Amino acid sequence: MNGARMSTLASLRGSIERMETHGDVHGPDRVALGHRSADEMLRGGLALAAVHEVFAEGHQGAAATGFIAGIAGRIAPRKPLVWVRQDFAEIESGALSPGGLAELGLDPRLLVTVRAADVEAALRTTADALACDALGAVVLETFGEARQLDLVASRKLTLAAQASGVTALLLRVAAQPAPSTAETRWIVRAAHSPPAAPWSAWGAPVFDAQLVRNRHGPVGRWIMEWKCDECQFSEPASYPQPVAAIPAHRPHQAAARAGHRLAS
Amino acid sequence: MRGLPLPLAGEGWGGGIAASPTARVERAPTRIASIDAIRPPSQAGEAKGNFPQVVVAKEHNALLLYAIDEAAARAGLSIGLPLANARAICPELTVHDADETADRKTLEDIADWCDRFTPLVALDPPHGLFLDITGCAHLFGGEAALLRTLCNALARQDFAVSAAIAATSICARTLSRCVCGTIVADGEEADAVAPLPVAALGADDAITGGLRRAGLKTIGDVAARGRHEISARFGARFTTQLAHALGEGDAPISPRKPPPDYIVEKRFAEPVATESTISITLSSLAAMLVSAMDRQGKGARRLEAAFFRTDGAVRVIAVDTGRPVTRAEAVDRLFRERLEALSDPLDPGFGFDLIRLSAGRTEIVVQEQRDLDATTHDNDELSALVDRIAARIGGKRVVVHLPEDTHIPERAALAAPAQHHLAAATQAIWPARAEGEPPLRPLRLFERPEPIKVPFATVPDGPPHHFTWRRVTHAVVRVEGPERIAMEWWKRSGHALTRDYFRVEDEEGRRFWIFRDGLYERELRDEEGEPVPASWYLHGLFA
Repeated sequence: MNGARMSTLASLRGSIERMETHGDVHGPDRVALGHRSADEMLRGGLALAAVHEVFAEGHQGAAATGFIAGIAGRIAPRKPLVWVRQDFAEIESGALSPGGLAELGLDPRLLVTVRAADVEAALRTTADALACDALGAVVLETFGEARQLDLVASRKLTLAAQASGVTALLLRVAAQPAPSTAETRWIVRAAHSPPAAPWSAWGAPVFDAQLVRNRHGPVGRWIMEWKCDECQFSEPASYPQPVAAIPAHRPHQAAARAGHRLAS
Repeated sequence: MRGLPLPLAGEGWGGGIAASPTARVERAPTRIASIDAIRPPSQAGEAKGNFPQVVVAKEHNALLLYAIDEAAARAGLSIGLPLANARAICPELTVHDADETADRKTLEDIADWCDRFTPLVALDPPHGLFLDITGCAHLFGGEAALLRTLCNALARQDFAVSAAIAATSICARTLSRCVCGTIVADGEEADAVAPLPVAALGADDAITGGLRRAGLKTIGDVAARGRHEISARFGARFTTQLAHALGEGDAPISPRKPPPDYIVEKRFAEPVATESTISITLSSLAAMLVSAMDRQGKGARRLEAAFFRTDGAVRVIAVDTGRPVTRAEAVDRLFRERLEALSDPLDPGFGFDLIRLSAGRTEIVVQEQRDLDATTHDNDELSALVDRIAARIGGKRVVVHLPEDTHIPERAALAAPAQHHLAAATQAIWPARAEGEPPLRPLRLFERPEPIKVPFATVPDGPPHHFTWRRVTHAVVRVEGPERIAMEWWKRSGHALTRDYFRVEDEEGRRFWIFRDGLYERELRDEEGEPVPASWYLHGLFA
């Protein structure tokens, strides 16, 4: 085997290696949520430049909105946020209020809302926005089952996010989780306020966040409180944790399956 | 432009012209073409020679002839004759109703088509047009050739055309009413109109009749009299009109559209219909337009692409941008987005023979010093993104939010088009949130508060124990409130009841913002002063 062939082989091996580890190129770029045990499970926080999905039942849309707004705030507190939504979502669960965002400690000046008529237009716009590296995050909000948001569409979004480094957040209200290429998938509900004296009514928003898919690690379920002043998630001080046993049934398999990951 | 597989014939105004008014004054003298186009009422083809046809319109409760064809004129009918008389003269008359809306539409369509000759086209109702062809005629082979092209093209579409070119619009119109195809050199207007009958001036019947009774048959006769005599008898307005017809002074025409700042266009010897050719043409036009603007340091805020079909239909597609565009790729991309998203796609029919790109509104571009941090770059990128999305789905669908100085929740934020208010939104000052407090305003707000059913409240002013929203009953576990918000009494706009807002949490932990509309006993009572039950609404959802 002469030297030229050796070097060709070496470069081919190198390119295969790069292809296989492509998903992990942005591996170190993670943003911590602030919730200690969730961050541990996620190996440091949510991956940037990836797609994350948040599902909620129809009547839990507001809680999921708060959760996703919190994530967007964590990802890029100083960069513009593009929020793409379907007209129908606004009729069903109300319009996103900039005043409400400000009350959560986020900056409404950085919000650009796109009012797409239907899912196709919303998807198209999201893909466009993901290509713009000036943004911090792009939120796509849909209501109900969206046939168009299939594996191909989510793969496109993932590629666009990887190319630009912008994080895509999918808010899927009243939809059933379906196969996608999302990095993580959450199901969010509202949680009770921590038990307290009846006259001190309620405090910061509390979420019951269930991580049902994590491409690079185990899943879990936590009660998270959003600290409006610090702009981060945290464990509620006095709460009967946990709501359910953490099902740590998934081993650390990311390294082993890096080459042939299947979407699930 | 060489090397492209395009059937290029000529390139209109080369690299784009600046059509500012000052430039036009230097290019003296002004030349105006007047066109008078009437479509004969016949669609019947060959039969029209035998059966006279007329169009009638109702005037003062009588049907009068509004337009007549040649056969009717030969039979002795004239415009303005009552229909009954016309039938008596000529019993085998075919009668059509006048449709002024359709006439107007046709005239506008012809004006659209005439845009290919000059950007300054003015309507001269009911069936005339003025074209300011100053400095344009040479592009079409001179004035005579231009006039011939124009008349032939309209005649092919079955219009009875009559056109003339002169230095003033009134003179051109007077000539076009009598002698088709006249071109009058500058300074020879008086000689040209002198032999024409006074009716050609288009003054009202009383004046024309009066002149005729006075023995003044031609315009030359009238011009020979002293102007003060004419003014004393027929008014100063007629004298002015006469002076304009004689080439002394001119009334300005009022073009339909403001002339664009820059125009580039491409003419095709063979009509083009394929999408690829159209997009290549648009790209090359964008490059030409941008380089023309670049020489003067301008950027476009509004761009228009006009597609002229061979059958005369014209389609104009406009794109607005938030910031002046200075890059050809950006122009190209905006049009690509716009064309893809058209609800009724561009229909080439038998092909386009002219594609024109114009910058309707331009601004001077200030080259900003780039900061070392990336904020400026980010803002540019964001506004480019907003322009692209707006081109695709419409400018009103991309919004930023501006704070409003009001405490009424649904009016506290104003959604404004992002293209125009992006800079204002990034510098807006929102009310600061209270440190240490939970959110006081909901994250999701309903545009219209939704009515809810509240069976009872323990105390009349108090919060409810249960409420039903969208057919689901919620038990209230925690309550905070009331927060009383009074309506703005200084704006008397309809409904003005004070609202008591409560933040409530149900047994599942979901949080709602509900309010009772009106104060007990003070506002909620009927005419006799008896208290009426309050109505409750849900206004928002907390995270």
